[in-house]
Amino acid sequence: MGKLLMKGNEVIAEAAVHAGCKYFFGYPITPQSELVAYMARRLPEAGGLFLQAESEIAAINMVYGAAGTGVRVMTSSSSPGFSLKQEGISYLAGAELPALIVNIARGGPGLGNIQPAQSDYFQVTKGGGHGDYNIPVLAPATLQEIIDLIREAFEIADRYRTPVILLGDGMLGQMMEAVEFPEKPAVKETHKEWTTTGTRGDGAPRVITSLDLNAESLEQRNEHLQRKFASIRQNEARFETLYCEDADYFVVAYGTVARIAVNAVKKARKDGVKAGLIRPITLWPFPLQPFIDTRDRAKGYLAVEMSAGQMVDDVRLSVNGRAAVSFFGRTGGVVPTQEEIYEQLIITAGGGDVNENGI
Amino acid sequence: MMEEIIIAGFGGQGVMSMGQLLAYAGMAEGKFVSWLPSYGPEQRGGTANCTVVLSKEPIGSPLVSNPATAIVMNAPSFDKFEPKVKPGGLLIVNTSMADRKSMRTDIHTIYIKATDMAGRLGSPKSANMVLLGALLAYLPIVSEEAIIQSLEKVLSPGKQHLLKLNEEALKLGKSHLISSETARS
Repeated sequence: MGKLLMKGNEVIAEAAVHAGCKYFFGYPITPQSELVAYMARRLPEAGGLFLQAESEIAAINMVYGAAGTGVRVMTSSSSPGFSLKQEGISYLAGAELPALIVNIARGGPGLGNIQPAQSDYFQVTKGGGHGDYNIPVLAPATLQEIIDLIREAFEIADRYRTPVILLGDGMLGQMMEAVEFPEKPAVKETHKEWTTTGTRGDGAPRVITSLDLNAESLEQRNEHLQRKFASIRQNEARFETLYCEDADYFVVAYGTVARIAVNAVKKARKDGVKAGLIRPITLWPFPLQPFIDTRDRAKGYLAVEMSAGQMVDDVRLSVNGRAAVSFFGRTGGVVPTQEEIYEQLIITAGGGDVNENGI
Repeated sequence: MMEEIIIAGFGGQGVMSMGQLLAYAGMAEGKFVSWLPSYGPEQRGGTANCTVVLSKEPIGSPLVSNPATAIVMNAPSFDKFEPKVKPGGLLIVNTSMADRKSMRTDIHTIYIKATDMAGRLGSPKSANMVLLGALLAYLPIVSEEAIIQSLEKVLSPGKQHLLKLNEEALKLGKSHLISSETARS
């Protein structure tokens, strides 16, 4: 197929089609509207169905309905629109329905603006909707990585009967890079013995619901869900490290911020500071391993985010008090520069007075 | 090798497409490329800009605060990006829309009446190509052939007739730069 120059939003859409996604229900919102527009053109061509719903709430419930029949289905939005989907996402988690939900996050809270942000981290990793649940969250840093992770997202969704979230930010959605789609067949259809496609008089009726009025029975359902989440924690954490073998100081960042941090880490190395980068690829489950590997010798960690400090909590839990953890963040759609990250890294390395709030 | 270029101007001046063209050409030559647009509300009637990075290695940050090269197509963009160019860097000014001299003494500045020159070719809109021609003559970061090949891909089927005009504008910018730089030295 060769290399193509594409926008991040378009890459997400095309990657989903490649992975065998046949159904898209969505509603446009900047900075992810190109994804919706691309699907409107591309899905009918690929033998699928695109539907622009009347709202985000309608779209996520259409996803629920379609997922109940076992088809590969997705929706996408950006922060305020994603919030509207939360009720439906909780229902998907409760009814154990596989689906992909994309959030190309923007500055908040409220209507905020349309610039890049990572301030939806708590929302996507800590549940977000009501009830005890977690959802696997994948956070690509490059457009090529989007292609791999979309595929994995659909595989994880089917493997565990769970919705999966892909979290990016406006910069990832809007930027263009060269990408190559590997010649792979669509993600294999798994046998789904639970779908509500009609028993045709053969076997017991199937019901998909998150409603369970009996407390003991609902507790059992919760225990089942928790076992499933434990299994996902065990098996699906993903991360990447750079220069961590001999590093003293570790920048922790995900998505596009991790890319900016790479430049800062490289510059610090040139200046004689042994810096490394830990990039979580799954935000839930948060990868514990790179911290277990480094926390007993680390001189410090620096979490960098486009938020007032959200992932840093998971970094602190993972470091578990064995080394200092500092934080630097920009909010409201401001993107931290490599110079700023470098400066914070040098402060961390110098043991200087790190601004704990970073703002 | 790593080239970081910011292109800025009014929405409608072809700022975004010029950046995309550079990215396409870089990709055609086997480089790593990234193109990042400003997509905020400033695009509507105000200034728009894009950042292009071309590199032999995988690109870290697609966002650049201090580019080695800036092309400014109007006065507000001139004011905004003139102070941001790296010392020793290059600033290319479309003097048809931003008629003042740079205050910087630590960068190289190229002044070119791109909109007027493109107008004489019959299309003021191809000022972006005149500026791109000047850039490539001074700093051959991608080949002219790669740009022309990429033009065919960037122009939609209905606009293929503009290929020749764009090519002419590119060559005009290039020859203008060469003659003015010769005069300067």
